[in-house]
Amino acid sequence: MRTLYHFHGGIHPPSNKTQSTQTAIARAPLPSLLIVPLQQHAGETAKPVVQAGDHVLKGQLIGMPDGFVSSAVHAPTSGTIAAVDMQLIAHPSGLPNLCATLIPDGKDEWVALKPVDDYRSHSPAELQQLLRMGGVVGLGGAAFPSDIKVRIGKQKITTLILNGAECEPYITCDDMLMCERAAEIVQGAEILRFMLDANEVLIGVEDNKPEAIAALQQAITASGPVLQQNKRYEVVAIPTIYPGGSAKQLIRVLTGLEVPSGKLPTDIGVQCFNVATAYSVHRALVKGEPLISRIVTITGNVREAQNFEALIGTPIAELVALAEALPDTDAYIMGGPMMGFPLPAVHVPLVKATNCIIAASKKIFPPPPPAMPCIRCTRCVEVCPADLQPQDLYWFAQSKEFGRAQAFSLFDCIECGACSYVCPSHIPLVQYYRFAKSEIRAREHDKQLADQARVRHEYHEQRLEREKREKAEKLAAKEKAAQAAKLASAQPLTPQQQTEQAELAASRAHIRQLAQSEVEHTDEGVTK
Amino acid sequence: MLSALLVMAAIAIVLGAVLGFAAIKFRVEGNPLVDQIDAILPQTQCGQCGFPGCKPYATAIADGEADINKCPPGGEDGIHKLADLLGMEFKPLGGDAVSKPKSVAIIDESTCIGCTLCIQACPVDAIVGAAKQMHTIIAAECTGCELCVAPCPVDCISMQVIEEKISNWKWKYPVYSLNAVEAIQIAATGTAR
Repeated sequence: MRTLYHFHGGIHPPSNKTQSTQTAIARAPLPSLLIVPLQQHAGETAKPVVQAGDHVLKGQLIGMPDGFVSSAVHAPTSGTIAAVDMQLIAHPSGLPNLCATLIPDGKDEWVALKPVDDYRSHSPAELQQLLRMGGVVGLGGAAFPSDIKVRIGKQKITTLILNGAECEPYITCDDMLMCERAAEIVQGAEILRFMLDANEVLIGVEDNKPEAIAALQQAITASGPVLQQNKRYEVVAIPTIYPGGSAKQLIRVLTGLEVPSGKLPTDIGVQCFNVATAYSVHRALVKGEPLISRIVTITGNVREAQNFEALIGTPIAELVALAEALPDTDAYIMGGPMMGFPLPAVHVPLVKATNCIIAASKKIFPPPPPAMPCIRCTRCVEVCPADLQPQDLYWFAQSKEFGRAQAFSLFDCIECGACSYVCPSHIPLVQYYRFAKSEIRAREHDKQLADQARVRHEYHEQRLEREKREKAEKLAAKEKAAQAAKLASAQPLTPQQQTEQAELAASRAHIRQLAQSEVEHTDEGVTK
Repeated sequence: MLSALLVMAAIAIVLGAVLGFAAIKFRVEGNPLVDQIDAILPQTQCGQCGFPGCKPYATAIADGEADINKCPPGGEDGIHKLADLLGMEFKPLGGDAVSKPKSVAIIDESTCIGCTLCIQACPVDAIVGAAKQMHTIIAAECTGCELCVAPCPVDCISMQVIEEKISNWKWKYPVYSLNAVEAIQIAATGTAR
């Protein structure tokens, strides 16, 4: 038995997971149209490589990664690209973003796949490139490109952690995936372990998913020959407590190590991936299939809550229709009830980060009572899993004292919502933190731009100065040359010629003097 | 008595030497306050303050020659920061200047005659072009100072407000929405719940 550790705080919201685990994962039918956003990952938007009218095959590249933190986007099925334009997407801002609209032709015809026969014969850099071009991103919700996470830095990675905790209420997509496709997850984990050269693999699963734990254990025993014998694989049942599935908290529970503020797990020799990410790594490398579908839980105010394997780009309206949303549904939440956000419209497409859609109604999620003043009861401090002082952060955020909020480690907040959940005054605390964080980020960005402008302005001034100097020097050199030439060709002059020359020189000097004083005048006019 | 005087004098000489050395060794070049003020200013280099750039304005503030409320691009926020730094009272933006939303200049390339006047006016060299060649603005480097707009003889430069996109979207300050439905109900029934 492994020694487990605790993280500070945590809450026990009603899990509401059983509704959607009654039936197996169903394959969602081919939708009438697919809207594929070109930015489904953290980082830069992929560059579209198709145009309206193009015919594409299933799995064909339609968005090329653009920049270091970026990932590829592929056609989820075969068909015709109807448009590449701005479309409403699943984002809390409700703003549109660049999407490719695909009309399926119904044939679902694959592009020629290039599976990797033996990934062990490839260099880590090649495998990273394959993940990048396979569009593999973290499927836990943040959608961070996986190829960047497997880059080995200075610190040796000792432990690879697979995150199967799935601590948020309602969401069961990882649970169902672990139950039904454990073997692929374990093989994906072995690929990731190989790339990171880690010594052990720990799969953390909350103890409210006994079937998933059993399935994974069985898969590890069964795939023994595939795994390297001297490496340790272990499925660890961890206590069910929210937010135990947050990467830093999971690392703490499994290893007892704490990721220092402002650092990454890799700095302490640990790397963490979601189980669904390991599954798509397996698909991308062993089968050569890019990430074009995912498992999504449709639950909440629906007749039949269920997990679907749906193509990326499927309009969410078509998915909730499959689960038969009840008529009193008034909003759809993407993600869980703790960290999710209401969708701007139900026709927005499914993206790689969509793990769950909850149909919300007044009955399930009654509107929160009006917020009252903070009474400094410190209940939020008791539950904060990041060991912060939420009531102080709230104070600084609402009075816009961003510097002090940062000094109180605002950026260590994982926005789990535990503080808002227990707040007796019903203050939307996380909203304040999000506001403060994005305001600070925007200011830092502006500062960067200002610094850039300052440097450019200084160069500009220097350039003007230099041009002026060079002009003067050129003029002086020319004059000197002319004089030298004159001297060389000088012959004895008559007295009359001499006086004429002297007069000429005097008037030239006078004109130069006048010109000089004029330049000074205009200079003054500029600087004053 | 004499020894005491001598000791005091010796101490004075030693300390004086130390201070004198420190004054030379740790001499601060320029006025550090100017840099601190310059760091707050938005670096648009627009000259709306009446000075030819942000640095000259910062110098003038440090010398006490200019007010802190002369920078429209910095807005009220900037004035607050300057007031905090200098220990002064906040003042509203001076004159009839208004703080405009951040924008970038756009050259209508089909109208541009390639006169290079805007290139000469740009304080951050963010315009590319040559004589009798079309000019264009490097949007990422443009500070939105509007100095290029006036010199253009064919009026082909316009200022475009930077739109809110997903990449620059910010979470808003939480506001509590009033429940319209309840208000109607109350109005209809005449009773509060």
